[in-house]
Amino acid sequence: MSASTAPATTDQVSAPPPTELAAGDHRRTLLGTALQSVLAVVTALILGGLLIAITDEKVRHAAGYFFARPGDTLSAMWHAASGAYAAMFHGAVYNPDGATVADSLYPLTETLTVATPLILAGLGVALAFRAGLFNIGAQGQILIGATLAAWVGFSWHLPAGLHLLAVVAAGALGGAVWGGVVGLIKARTGAHEVILTIMLNYVALNLVAWLLSLPGFQREGSSNPVSPAVDGTAMFPKLLGDHFRLHWGFVVAVLATVAVAWLLERSTVGFELRAVGANPRAARTAGISVTRGFVVVMLLAGMLAGLAGTAQVAGTEHSLTSGIAASFGFDAITVALLGRSTPWGTFFAGILYGAFRAGGVTMQSMTGTNIDIVLVVQSLIVLFVALPPLITFATRRSQEVAA
Amino acid sequence: MQLKLTDVTKRFGDFTANNRVSLTVEPHQIHCLLGENGAGKSTLMNVLYGLYEPTSGTVEINGAPAHFSGPGDAMAAGIGMVHQHFMLVPVFTVAENVALGHESTRGMALDLNSTRARIREISDRFGFAVDPDAVVEDLPVGVQQRVEIIKALVRDAEVLILDEPTAVLTPRETDELLQIMRQLRDNGTSIVFISHKLREVRAVSDVITVIRRGEVVGRVGPETATDELAALMVGRDVSLTVAKEPSLATGAALEVRDLTVLGDNGVVLLDGVDLDVAPGEILAVAGVQGNGQTELTRALVGLEKRVSGSVRLAGRELTGLRTREVLAHGVGFVPEDRSTDGLVDSFSVAENLVLDRYRERGFAAGPSLRRRAIAEHARSEVGEYDIRAGSVDSPVATLSGGNQQKVVIARELGRPLKLFVASQPTRGVDVGSIEFIHRRIVAERDRGTAVLIVSTELDEVYALADRIAVFFHGRLMGIVGPETPRGALGRMMAGEPADAVLPPAPWDGSRSGHGDTGGPTAHDLVPSDAAPQPGSRPSHPGANVPASPRDLATEPSDDRPEGNRTA
Amino acid sequence: MSTATASQPSPRGPGAAGPVPGPAPDAELATSAANRAVGVRTYRPATGLGVLALVSFAVFALHASSRAVRFRFSGDGDVVRLPDAEVAAAPYAWAVTIVLVALAGYAAVRARKLPRWVVALAGFCFVTGFLVWIVGTAQTPSISVTALLAGSVALATPLVFGALGGLLCERSGVVNIAIEAQLLFGAFSAAIAATVSGSAWVGLLAAMAGSVLVSVLLAVFAIRYRVNQVIVGVVLNVLVSGLTGFLFATVLQPSAAAFNTPERLPHVRIPVLAEIPVVGPVLFDQSVIGYIMYAAVAVVWFALHRTRWGLRTRAVGEHPKAADTLGVSVNALRTRNVLLGGAVAGLGGAFYTLVSVSAFTRDMTAGSGYIALAALIFGRWNPVGALLASLLFGFASNLESILSFLGTPVPSQFLAMLPYVVTIMAVAGLVGRSRGPAASGEPYRKE
Repeated sequence: MSASTAPATTDQVSAPPPTELAAGDHRRTLLGTALQSVLAVVTALILGGLLIAITDEKVRHAAGYFFARPGDTLSAMWHAASGAYAAMFHGAVYNPDGATVADSLYPLTETLTVATPLILAGLGVALAFRAGLFNIGAQGQILIGATLAAWVGFSWHLPAGLHLLAVVAAGALGGAVWGGVVGLIKARTGAHEVILTIMLNYVALNLVAWLLSLPGFQREGSSNPVSPAVDGTAMFPKLLGDHFRLHWGFVVAVLATVAVAWLLERSTVGFELRAVGANPRAARTAGISVTRGFVVVMLLAGMLAGLAGTAQVAGTEHSLTSGIAASFGFDAITVALLGRSTPWGTFFAGILYGAFRAGGVTMQSMTGTNIDIVLVVQSLIVLFVALPPLITFATRRSQEVAA
Repeated sequence: MQLKLTDVTKRFGDFTANNRVSLTVEPHQIHCLLGENGAGKSTLMNVLYGLYEPTSGTVEINGAPAHFSGPGDAMAAGIGMVHQHFMLVPVFTVAENVALGHESTRGMALDLNSTRARIREISDRFGFAVDPDAVVEDLPVGVQQRVEIIKALVRDAEVLILDEPTAVLTPRETDELLQIMRQLRDNGTSIVFISHKLREVRAVSDVITVIRRGEVVGRVGPETATDELAALMVGRDVSLTVAKEPSLATGAALEVRDLTVLGDNGVVLLDGVDLDVAPGEILAVAGVQGNGQTELTRALVGLEKRVSGSVRLAGRELTGLRTREVLAHGVGFVPEDRSTDGLVDSFSVAENLVLDRYRERGFAAGPSLRRRAIAEHARSEVGEYDIRAGSVDSPVATLSGGNQQKVVIARELGRPLKLFVASQPTRGVDVGSIEFIHRRIVAERDRGTAVLIVSTELDEVYALADRIAVFFHGRLMGIVGPETPRGALGRMMAGEPADAVLPPAPWDGSRSGHGDTGGPTAHDLVPSDAAPQPGSRPSHPGANVPASPRDLATEPSDDRPEGNRTA
Repeated sequence: MSTATASQPSPRGPGAAGPVPGPAPDAELATSAANRAVGVRTYRPATGLGVLALVSFAVFALHASSRAVRFRFSGDGDVVRLPDAEVAAAPYAWAVTIVLVALAGYAAVRARKLPRWVVALAGFCFVTGFLVWIVGTAQTPSISVTALLAGSVALATPLVFGALGGLLCERSGVVNIAIEAQLLFGAFSAAIAATVSGSAWVGLLAAMAGSVLVSVLLAVFAIRYRVNQVIVGVVLNVLVSGLTGFLFATVLQPSAAAFNTPERLPHVRIPVLAEIPVVGPVLFDQSVIGYIMYAAVAVVWFALHRTRWGLRTRAVGEHPKAADTLGVSVNALRTRNVLLGGAVAGLGGAFYTLVSVSAFTRDMTAGSGYIALAALIFGRWNPVGALLASLLFGFASNLESILSFLGTPVPSQFLAMLPYVVTIMAVAGLVGRSRGPAASGEPYRKE
C-alpha cells in the first residue's frame, strides 16, 4: 500500500450517514420523537404567529400608544395571529360556516389534494436519504415527470383507462430518468449528488420553459408558456365526486407509501439500499454494489417525484406550466425531514404541510395574511426538529411521562 | 523538565479508562508506558496533552500544578506529542504543517522562510533528511513521522510523547526511530514512549511503567526480563495454542498468479504476487501493516479496482468478477476492520448475520425478505457462536468488540466454503473469543477449505499457519514453513527475500518471490537455535522482529470495555 | 507439511547464488523507501475535450453562418478608437474544431491529468468558437465586445461575492448551500436600511449584517449542534425566501416609500483609465461594489494563501483534528469564517438593491446563490477560479440578453442552462477535477 496515504485514511472519521437526522436515534423513545415533533410544530407556529402579529397594521397602530394602553397592543396581536390561524384552520380542516357537511369538510379534501404531490415527492427524498443520498432534485424530477405526463396526456389519444395508465407511466418515467441520471453520474464519476441535483433542477426548469415555447407544446393561440389541456381520459378521476378536487392521485400516494414501506423494510432491494446508506463500505464488502444502489435509489426517488408531477398534471392542473412544480420539490425535503425519512412519517408530514398550504390560501384571502408565512413556519419546524436542546427537552419530558 | 502525574483518573461514562495513575517523567529520560492495546495508555497521554479533561487528579510541571484546557496549553508548557495516527494535513507542505498553530509572521504575511530554516536545522542535526517544501501526502510513512517529531521540536518541546510510534514502521525504520529517540534524550528532551512491543521497550527505555486496565501495575527498569514484563502487562499466563494436526493438504485450491494491484495514485500496492493455497491448508500472511496484505485480501474478493493477473479458485477465474459473484463461488471474507467494512452498525444482529446472504433462498422469497427465517437463523447462530447480545433485533453497535467479530465470523463461516480469507481475525477481541475463533478457523481447514489468514500478530500466525507468507512493499518475499524462526521472518519483513535469509532448505519448494533483489551472501544466516515451535514464546528479544505483547499472550481489546471479559 | 506446493519456483535456487548481481539488498532498501509507482491512466480529460470537439464540429462548424461576424471594440464617443474585427464564421469554426480535436487526441494519448495550458487553450477555443457561431446566427452578426464584457462583469458581481462567501465557509470545512439565502437577505436588509437611513452606505453595511444573521443560524445549527450542513443550508434558503416574501408583502409593498426606495450606490468612473479601449469601460467604469469585488478577490486570495489565518483555515478544512492538536480552535475558527463569509456574501446581496434595481422584490436573487455555488465548485474552491467562473457565468447570461436583441435562433433557455451544465461536467471530472476541501461537510467533534 502507499505509505503516504496511510495516516490520511486511517484517521479519517467516517462521516455520519446523512440519515442521522432523519432516521433518528435508537435510544430515543418513540414517545420522545413524537413529542419532539409536536413541540417543533407548536414552537414554529408560535413564532409564525408572532411574526404575523408584529407586522399587522392594527397592532402597529396600537403599539403607537403602547405605554398608554398596552392591553390594546396585546389584544390586537392576539387577534391578528389567532385570526390568521383560525382562517388557516378553516381552509385546511373544517369550515364551520359550510352549508352542508360536505361543504364543511371541503377544506380537508383540499388539504389532501395539496398533500398528494408533497407526499409523493417527499417519499422520493426520504427514500434517497435512507440510501445515504441527498436528493435536492425533486423539483427537477417533478418538472420532467409532469412534462412527459402532460405530453402523453394531450398528444396521445387513447381509450379511457389506458390513457391514464400511459400518463402515469410517462410521468414516472420522466422523473426516473431525471433522477437516474444523477445516480448514474454519481456512480460513474463520484460527483456529489447535492451539486448534481441542484444543477439539474435549473436545467429542467429551462428545458421546460423552452419546450413550452415550441409550437407543438405551447397551447395554440396562447402567448403564455402553457401547454394544451390534457384529454379527459388522461385525468385522474375525482375521488369524492365533482364537488371536490380530491382525485385518485391521493390513492396513488397512499399506495406509494405502502410500497415504499414494503420496499424499505421487507424487500431485498430495500435491505441493500439501507445497507448502502448506513455503511457503504460494509455493503460493498458484503457484495452489494454501492454504485448500482445509487442508480436504483435515484431511479426510484425520481420516479416518485415524477408521480408527484403526474398528480399535478393529471389531477389538479390539467395542463403543463413552468410553475407546475410550485415549490413542491423543496417542500418535499422538509416533508421528508419532518417525517424522519420513514414512509409513514413522510405521509403524515406531507398531510400537515398540505394543510398549511391549503389553509394558507384561505388565510391569505380571508385575513390578508401573506401565504409566505407558511414557508417560514415549515422551515422553522424542520430547524426545530433538528435542534438538540429541543430534543433533550422532549426526551426528558417523555422520560418523566414514562416514569 | 520534570513532569508529574498524581492520581489521574479519567472516566468515559461508566467506563474507567485510567484509575488513579501516578507517574513522574524526569529530564534526560526515556520513560516507557507499557501496556496492551486498550490498557489506557493513549487516554492517559491525551489527558497529559490537554485533549481530554481528567476526571480527577493533578498534573505538575517542575513541581507547579499545570492545567491544560487544550493542546495549545500543553504545547506552551513544553509538551509535544506524536500521535499514533499522524496529525498532518496531507495536502500541505512539510513547512506548512510544521508552521501550523505556531506561525511566525512578517507584518500581515506568513513567514514560512524562518520555519523552513528551523526545519533544515533540526533535520541536519538529527539526520532526518526532510525537505521542507515536499508535500506531506507524497512522503513515506517513516518520513511523515519525522515531520511529526520536527513539529514538536520546533515548538521547543521538552517532553515528547510518542504514542505507539512503531506501529506503522518496518523493523529498519523502527531501529532508526529508536536511535533518534536516544539522540533526543541525550540532547535533554524527556521522552514518554508508549508501546506494547517488548523488544523496543527494553531496547530504549530508562524507566518502564506498566499499565493494565487503566491502573499502574508495576514500575521496573529495562533490565527486567521479557517474560516478567509480559506477565506484568497481561496479568496472567495465557498461551496461544490451538490443537491442530499438521495439514496433509496437497494440490492448490487457490492459485494466484502475477497479481498486481494499483492504488488510485498509481502506486503499486501489490506487485506481481504468485501463491497457492491447498485445500485444507492455512496460509498465514505475516508482516508489518501496510505492505500489501490488505490489498491482497481485498483483491481476492473483487474489492480492488485496478487489478491485473489471475486468481483461480478450484479452477475458476475470480478476477473480473464482482464481489457478490466471488462470494457466491464459496469464498468467505472477514475484512480487516469490522466496524467500517464488516458490519452495518445500525442494522440488527440478525440483519448483519445475513448481510451477504440475504438473497439466499432461505432468507428471501423472490424480492421479499423472509424476516422470520432471518430471525430464526440469527437465534441459532447466536447460540452456536456464543454471541452475547440483548436480542437478535438489537443494533450490532450495542455489542462488544469480541461479540461483533463473532457476528462477522459466524456469518462468513456459516455457509459451504472453498476458500476462507480473514484479515486480522481476532483484532480487538478478548482472549476467550480468540481461542474460540481460532478453533473455528482450524475446524474450517479440517473440513477441506483453503484458508488465507492475514495477521500482524506473529503469535497468531504461528498458532494457525501451515505455511507463512511475508510481504514487503507489495512484493512477496517468500513463503516459508511454520518452523521458520522469528528472526528470519523479521528480515523478510524488512525486505529480504526468503532465500536470502534462510539456510539451504531443509524442506523443499515453497519458495518464490523475486529472487533478483539480492543474494544470500550479503547476510548472515539466522542462528539455528532461534527456531521456536509454533505458539511458543519468543526466545530472542534481540531478534530482528518486534515482539508484540500479543506475541506472548494476549487480551487485546478495543477501546470499548469488553462485555464478557473474565476477571 | 513441508510438502506444501511450490508456487512459481524462484529463478535461482538458494544455493546457486554465486556473486551477487547488482547492489546488495540493503543499499537498495535504503533508497527505495516506498513502493514503486506507475502512472494511472485516465481518459476523463480526453472524454471532456472530445465532447467539446464534437459540439464544436456538429454545431459550430456544420451549422456555421456563411457570413462574417463583426466584433466592435469601440463606441462612437470613445477617445481612443480601435478598428472593428471581422471573423469569417465558417473558417473560424473549422479551425476551432481542428484545435479541439487535436487537444482531445493529445489528451487521449497522454491519458492523465492535463497541463494547465491545454485546459486554458481548449476553454478559449470553445468559448470564442461558440461566440462566433452564435453571433453569426443572429440577424445582425455584429456585437460590441465592450458592452458584452462590461455587462458580464456587472452580472457576475453578486456571483463573485456569493462564491467568495461560500469559499470562506467551505475552505474551513462548512458546506454552504445557504448562499442564496445570504444574497437574498442581504438585498432585503440593504433595501430597508438604505431607505430608512437615506444612505446607500448604511444599506451596504446592513446588507452585510443581514447576511451575517443567516450565517449565525448556519453556524449555530451546523457547527454548534452539528446538524447536517446541507440540510441546514436548504432549510435556510426556504426560511429566508418565506420571511422576506412575507415581509415584502406585508410591510415593504404597502409602504414602499418608507421602506423600499433605497438610494443607489454611486457609480465611479476613473479618469484616464476608463478611456482605455475595451478594458477601460469594463474595469474602470463601475459601481463601488464592482471595485470592492476586485479588492475582495485579491484580499481573500492573499489571506487564504499567505497569512496565518489562511493557513489555519485551510488546515481546519482539510484535517481539523490535526489543527486541533496544534492548538487551533477548530469550531471557533469555522464559526468566525462562516460569519465572515456571510458578510462577504451580503455585499453581493447589496448589489441587487443598491446597484442593479433600486427596490427589493420577492425572490429577486432568483437562484443566483446556486450559480454562485456552481462558480465556487467550477473555480475549484479558489478565489481567482471563483472569479473567473463567475465571469464566465455572467458572460453567458449577458450573452443571453444581448442575443435576444440581435435575434438568434438559439433558444435563450439553453444559454441560461450553461452554468449548470458546465458545473455538472466539472463535478463529473470532464472539465478538470474538482477536489473540495477534505473535511468539508463534516462537523468537528472534540472528544
